[in-house]
Amino acid sequence: MAVIFYISSAVAILSTVMVITRMNAVHALLYLIVSLLSVAVIFFTLGAPFIAALEVIIYAGAIMVLFVFVMMMLNMGTKAAEQERKWINPRMYVGPAILAAILGVELVYMLASGSNRAAGFEMIGPKAVGISLYSSYIIGLELAGMLLLAGLVGAFHLGRQDKD
Amino acid sequence: MTAIPMEHGLLVAAVLFMLGLIGLLVRRNIIFMLLSIEIMLNAAGLAFVVAGARWAQVEGQIMFMFILAMAAAEVAVGLALVLLMYRKFKTLDSDQVSRMRG
Repeated sequence: MAVIFYISSAVAILSTVMVITRMNAVHALLYLIVSLLSVAVIFFTLGAPFIAALEVIIYAGAIMVLFVFVMMMLNMGTKAAEQERKWINPRMYVGPAILAAILGVELVYMLASGSNRAAGFEMIGPKAVGISLYSSYIIGLELAGMLLLAGLVGAFHLGRQDKD
Repeated sequence: MTAIPMEHGLLVAAVLFMLGLIGLLVRRNIIFMLLSIEIMLNAAGLAFVVAGARWAQVEGQIMFMFILAMAAAEVAVGLALVLLMYRKFKTLDSDQVSRMRG
């Protein structure tokens, strides 16, 4: 497990460097998704499987989809077609694909070896997290819900098209 | 099966945070600035989870979930502001909208 932690740390740092040096926003987004996936693998090796799942579902799923939507809305211009042709160029996704393949090999190795215990630390499962979240931290949970509602209302208000 | 020292996890979190900070300071495209903020929030959450794993407490993971909710709300409002800025100024350069009017 320790070697998997170090390999995915290297993948995370490498892909984050690629994020902040890309010129094209979609390329940067692909590398950021790989970075988030490798951080999810780090969480799994540290004994936090629930947080690893949340990282994949919410960060690499929902938040990145929001970014993709906004980028597609911003790029609706006259040169959208040729830009699309440029994006299909295989040269742009070979880097993220290699890094993601490293993570995939790690995943297959972990599943095949059958040793899904945390590297040196205790595994803290979803049950303990849920019990603590809904007993000691119930106020924080409700505040997070209110924050999300405020974000929803604010985004709706800002994104509304004025008719005049 | 050797244990990972906590310092190594914190080091990874620090490096990711510094990369996000460098990206935020260097880039002028507002989409990249939002992406850098996401990297920094993720690195802070990683530090929380590493510390929580070190002492086998659930608090680290709970703090990560709060950070996750905060990041989701922040990115929704931030991207709505980006759309508004692009509609009004036809640019994504944060330097060109730096002057306040009012």
